[in-house]
Amino acid sequence: MSEKMVESVVARTISRIIIPFIQLYGIYVITHGESSPGGGFQGGVILGTSIILFGIVFSLNTTKKWISKKILILFMSLGLLIYSGIGAIDMLFGGKYLEYGKLPLPLHSPEMSALSILMVEIGIGLCVMSTITLLFIFLAGEKSGTRMDSWEI
Amino acid sequence: MLRSLAIISLLIMGGVFIYVIEDMPPIGNPENPPHVHVVPRYIEKAEEETGVPNIVTAILANYRGYDTLGETTVIFTAGVSVMILFQRWNK
Repeated sequence: MSEKMVESVVARTISRIIIPFIQLYGIYVITHGESSPGGGFQGGVILGTSIILFGIVFSLNTTKKWISKKILILFMSLGLLIYSGIGAIDMLFGGKYLEYGKLPLPLHSPEMSALSILMVEIGIGLCVMSTITLLFIFLAGEKSGTRMDSWEI
Repeated sequence: MLRSLAIISLLIMGGVFIYVIEDMPPIGNPENPPHVHVVPRYIEKAEEETGVPNIVTAILANYRGYDTLGETTVIFTAGVSVMILFQRWNK
């Protein structure tokens, strides 16, 4: 197991400081997608980028120890499940598929729609984040000669 | 043979496109078809119908919900296919 870490102390220190802020910003972009520019896709990519930065600066093996393939696959499926599940729940309570506003909550229709949109954005963000991370780890591992079998599920 | 066929068809298509340019609506004109069909409804009613102040998000997640669901599925499928391909590759 060869450790391929960036040698520069500056790069390691700066990214250790900046990664939490990138993740915070990604969560901000996802959750404020209703009222400001942004949304699930953009915020998910920002979150994924923070993990990619971690993987570039520290070694790929550290990243694999830190985040497991199982978690990534789970998040990927969970994001899509949240989205389509909200549509199915609307259908259960007498609406059309993805017709927000039929949930059995004591809210007005626009508020319920806003809540559903927030959930949908979170689902998209989860799916995009884990897909981006998964793509990076798979392709980078291929390039540096690391076997995928060594990434424990 | 195939190459000259490709060049000829390219020329024909290019000629058609250049001929059609005259009929295109001017850029930025508020009377253009995309600006008079559904956009006024979105601008007037998006906030009270969907509850979010950002019209882009309202269209993306509410009016065009199916489209966005499809986009998310595309991303999911891309991730799954890369995973399957590269796992096979290494065995």
